[in-house]
Order: sequence, then structure tokens, then C-alpha cells
Amino acid sequence: MSPKTLYDKIWDAHVVHEDDDGTCLLYIDRHLVHEVTSPQAFEGLRMTGRKVRAPERTIAVPDHNVPTTADRVDGIDNEESRIQVEALDKNVREFGLMNYYEMNDIRQGIVHIVGPEQGWTLPGMTVVCGDSHTATHGAFGSLAHGIGTSEVEHVLATQTLIQKKSKNMKVEITGKLAPGVTAKDITLSVIGETGTAGGTGYVIEYCGEAIRALSMEGRMTVCNMAIEGGARAGLIAPDETTFAYVKGRPHAPKGAQWEAALAWWKTLYSDDDAAWDKVITIRGEDIAPVVTWGTSPEDVLPITGKVPAASDFTGGKVGAAERSLDYMGLTPGTPLAEIPIDAVFIGSCTNGRIEDLRAAAEILRGKRVKDGVRAMIVPGSGLVRAQAEEEGLADVFKEAGFEWRLAGCSMCLAMNPDQLAPGERCAATSNRNFEGRQGRGGRTHLMSPAMAAAAAVTGRLTDVREMMGEMA
Amino acid sequence: MDKFEKLTGIAAPMPLVNIDTDMLIPKQFLKTIKRSGLGVNLFDEMRYNQDGTEKPDFVLNQPQYRDTEILVAGDNFGCGSSREHAPWALKDFGIRAIISTSFADIFYNNCFKNGLLPIALPAEAVEVLMKDAEKGSNARMTVDLEAQTVTTSDGESFSFEIDSFKKHCLLNGLDDIGLSMEKAPAIDTYEAQAAQARPWV
Ligand code: SF4
Repeated sequence: MSPKTLYDKIWDAHVVHEDDDGTCLLYIDRHLVHEVTSPQAFEGLRMTGRKVRAPERTIAVPDHNVPTTADRVDGIDNEESRIQVEALDKNVREFGLMNYYEMNDIRQGIVHIVGPEQGWTLPGMTVVCGDSHTATHGAFGSLAHGIGTSEVEHVLATQTLIQKKSKNMKVEITGKLAPGVTAKDITLSVIGETGTAGGTGYVIEYCGEAIRALSMEGRMTVCNMAIEGGARAGLIAPDETTFAYVKGRPHAPKGAQWEAALAWWKTLYSDDDAAWDKVITIRGEDIAPVVTWGTSPEDVLPITGKVPAASDFTGGKVGAAERSLDYMGLTPGTPLAEIPIDAVFIGSCTNGRIEDLRAAAEILRGKRVKDGVRAMIVPGSGLVRAQAEEEGLADVFKEAGFEWRLAGCSMCLAMNPDQLAPGERCAATSNRNFEGRQGRGGRTHLMSPAMAAAAAVTGRLTDVREMMGEMA
Repeated sequence: MDKFEKLTGIAAPMPLVNIDTDMLIPKQFLKTIKRSGLGVNLFDEMRYNQDGTEKPDFVLNQPQYRDTEILVAGDNFGCGSSREHAPWALKDFGIRAIISTSFADIFYNNCFKNGLLPIALPAEAVEVLMKDAEKGSNARMTVDLEAQTVTTSDGESFSFEIDSFKKHCLLNGLDDIGLSMEKAPAIDTYEAQAAQARPWV
């Protein structure tokens, strides 16, 4: 047998049919559905009289629009948001979907946090969702990617997708990370290196000692942003860390099934002599805590750096950098660590898991949010929230002056009332710093949870290592 | 789905790189449960002032580009989210083809499901087409899917690559869900085999 990559192995296990030109019908093991990208797909089924082929493989949860304030138990004020969430409720019932976490279920949360938490995401699976950050699930060694609404409809109707195979890219992070450097810094640094189109046409497998050393939470953070590097999916081969995380989850296999699953999962790795179309290697030791300065996730610099000038770039990037600097209201040459902020957002499918909250709490313990800074923590799921309360993290946040919210996407994309005002500057743990992403005219700097917590305390972008010095 | 065969129309230049899906259609317009009516909000934040008046500098607000059917854009068009609202908004505005050096993967796929043709060409070709688009409404560009060519108003022609299955579906306006449903027996067989091999899934 010819050597294969992990991607090759998962792909081969899911091909239903292959045409002469390589167009494949790929079987989908898990289909996650949220309220924003699904109404038109269900409407399409209704119009054509089609059914959902595998309601037991379809998992639905509202997350993008839901308010994250405690009063949401009384219903959603915004009419359009309410209609969209109600449409999901109705579609779940009408099409007989079997796995639904409604807004006030404690297990509700961001779809990419709920899936792994409930054990829906398992190694070797194909997972899709009408959402680009489906890449998150690749952390389990499952082939997971975002699809558009027409494809959502296609999966609902057929439990398959029409696909052509992508190319294989290996991103290796060697060695160890320095203190204060996290999974978020890895994934941002990779995008800084490859650019936002560097992964287009590829599926990335992240590997190397620094990746192996990450927890599942950290691995999810890394894979989550594969899409920001242009890649359709990011993968990490499953190992003991993965198995330990999966074991005992509500929908993970049990007993003899577990043993059988484990035996297969252990074959899911890239063969030593597998062929790669592109390889990138980064030394873990070279990665610093980073922040973004512009309006593209590739605009990454170490926190010790300075705001660049448009003339530092070439080609189409010159104009883009000019536009970014103008939008972000930044002057070239300003040290990044001197940029004042107005708001802090800790949450999202990139960094809304328990480990992220622990990292933020570590920095915030016994400290206060700087006067005038609005700071918010939005746990990725109701269960993450409950755990953080149990561990006493919620008290740390509240005492520091953070708002402690219910689970949802919240200010990651500001579809609910959590938004930046024009010109407001935010230290955010989410994944996109696009113009207007967190509210029209809002300015976003992406960073790790620890860095965002540090910024909350000082009121400016801050090198978290300075505060770690204080703690030691 | 609408067919796409051949189109001669006004092309607008948008040389900006990394035009993302949040620029194409900001999130406040994702609350719709319909596919139609998004054209007025295409490029909303670039196109309108906060008070809803038009920004006169924005290319699609200029008189000669109001009836644009083809966009010529900078690298990595459509990056960001999977929202199909982006192609829906483009389509609803009247745009049928987009030309760039590269497209984000999900956006690229979404276009084909909506009768929209994304065309990837080398940087030199895009540069020539961008110049042609800058000439305004008197210059009409032609996109021919069957022949896989884009032709400037001066008759300079560039060939582009396209996946044969995607081309076939677009030329004939085929609904690919229908096509896949015809393969139901193969899906049944796969499911039966997978249930044996991986019963825990
Ligand atoms: S948290 Fe943000 S990126 Fe993640 S699914 Fe929600 S909106 Fe998308």
C-alpha cells in the first residue's frame, strides 16, 4: 500500500462514489446546524418535498444570535433574531432532528464547542457545518470543514457532499513553547507566516512536539483558525490526549465499541513517507505572544513590535495596509504595547473553553479591570460556564470587573446586542479582525486569553510576560 | 439554479486584496430567513454612510458602475465566513461573474450553487482586466463559460481553468442535490458497509 497522510486515510474511508474526473461523493458522519445558515436550506427541502436523510447524525444548536444576558430566559428582544431562532426550533421539529440543544438547555453553546463536549466529534469522522470554523473539530483528527447553505441542504437531503480532494500541507511546530506563549500564538503566527491565502486548496495537518504537548482545548484553538489561513480544514492526529478527552463523553462509544473504535483511531496518523504538497516548519521557541494590528488575521506581530507602515509591504498589500491603518486609527512606528483599548472580549469558538478561562483567571486574580474599559467574558457553552463557576473562576472575573455572560457567539461577530461602537478598540480572543466584524467601525486586535486579560488590567495592549513576572 | 453561459457586461474594478465576507455582507443582514433581497446591502459598510446615504467614492455608487455585472477584484476574494449570503447579495445586486487571482475555498464553491461564476486568472491577466474595468461603462467585458475565456473591450482574451463538473452544472443550471439523490443506492451500500466497519459512528 502506498503511504498515506491522515487526510488521505479519512478521505478514503468516506468515499461513496468517485467520478472519472475525481469528483467524489463523500459521506458525512456528523452534520452540525445553527440558526443563521440553515433556514434557507430547510426551506429548500420544503420546496422540493425532500426529507432529512439522517436526522440522527444531525445536531442543532442556536448560538450566533442568542443574547448572552441572563434575561434571555424570557425570550429574545430583537425580532429578527427571535424569528431565526424560532425557525430553527420549528425546523428541528418538522424534520425530526434528533439532537437539539435549545437556547435554555445548559448544554447549549457555540456549535463548535458543543460538538466536541458532547462527544459528537470523534477521530476519523467527517464533520461539516454551515460555518467556516468547523475546522475546529479537526483537533480530534476528524476531517471537518465549513460549507455554504446550499451544501447544508445537500447534506440534509443526502448525508453526502460533492467534493474534490484538496492537497496535503504539513505545518510542523517543533520544540517547546516559551512561557506565556499559547496555542493562539501558534495559530496566529502560522497565519502571519503563510498569509490568509497560504492554505487555499489545502488541508493542513499540524504536527510536531509543540502541537503534541497541547491539550485538546489548545488543539481546537489551533485548528479553529486553519480557515483564517485559507485552508479548508486543519487536522491533528489523535493520540492519548485525544482519547482521554473523548472517553466518557455522552455520545462517545462505550465498552466493546470503545475498544473497536480505539483500535481504528490508533491507525489514524500520516505515514512516515507520506507525500506532502507543501511543508512549513516553525520553531516553537521562536513564537512570541502576538497580537494583530490590522484588519486581516495575517496582520500579526509580536507584542514587542511596532505598528508597521504601508510602505513595509509590497504589491496589493500596500493598499490594504494603508486602508487597515486608517481603519484601525494607528500611526506607524507606535509600539504595539502602547495602544490603548476600550473593550475586552474573551470568548468565541477559538478561545471560549475552560482552559481559556483558566488562563484568563490566572492573570486576573486579585486585579481590577482598568477604569473605563468594558470587559466581557462569554463562555463557549453552558457547561463551560457551570464548570468555571464551580472552579471559582467566575468570582475572579466578577471581582475583577468583568461581565460574566451566558454562552453564545456574542461579540465575536456581534449579531446579538454585544457590539463595539464606531472607533472603539477591543482586545479580543476571537478569530477575525475584519472591518466591522465586532460592530460597525469597531477595531479588533486578536490575541490569546491571557493577553486579553492582561490588556484588561492595564487598559492597553500588553505583553503578558510582564505580568507573569509580577506573579512569580 | 440559474444557468450561466455567456455574458457581456459592465465590469467594475475593486483592486483591494482580501475582500472578506464581512465586507460583502455584514452580519446584521444575516438575520434573514430568505435568500433574496440582499443586493441593497452588498458591501454595506463600504457603500453607505452611517445615516444610510451613499458614499459617492465607492465604485458601485458611481453612475458608470451601477449596472455592474462583473467584478474584477484583488487577491483572495471572499475570504472569511461560509455565509452564502455573500453570493446571494452579489447575485441580487446583479453581479454574475467575479474575476480575481484567487478565491477563498468555501466562497468559491458557494458561487457555483447560485449561478455565479468565479474566475481565477494569473496576476498579469487580472491586471489587464482591471485596467479594462477602469474604463467604465463604455467598455464591456465578455465572459464565455463554454469557451472558458474572458475578453476585454479591446478584444484581448484570456483562458481560464474550471472544474469540469462545476462547469457542466453551471452551463445547464443543474441542481446537484437531485444528481446526488440519484446515487441513493450507492449511499445505502456505503452506510451498510460503514455500519459494519465503524459501528460506533
Ligand atoms: S464564535 Fe464566532 S467564529 Fe465561532 S461560530 Fe460563533 S461567530 Fe463563528
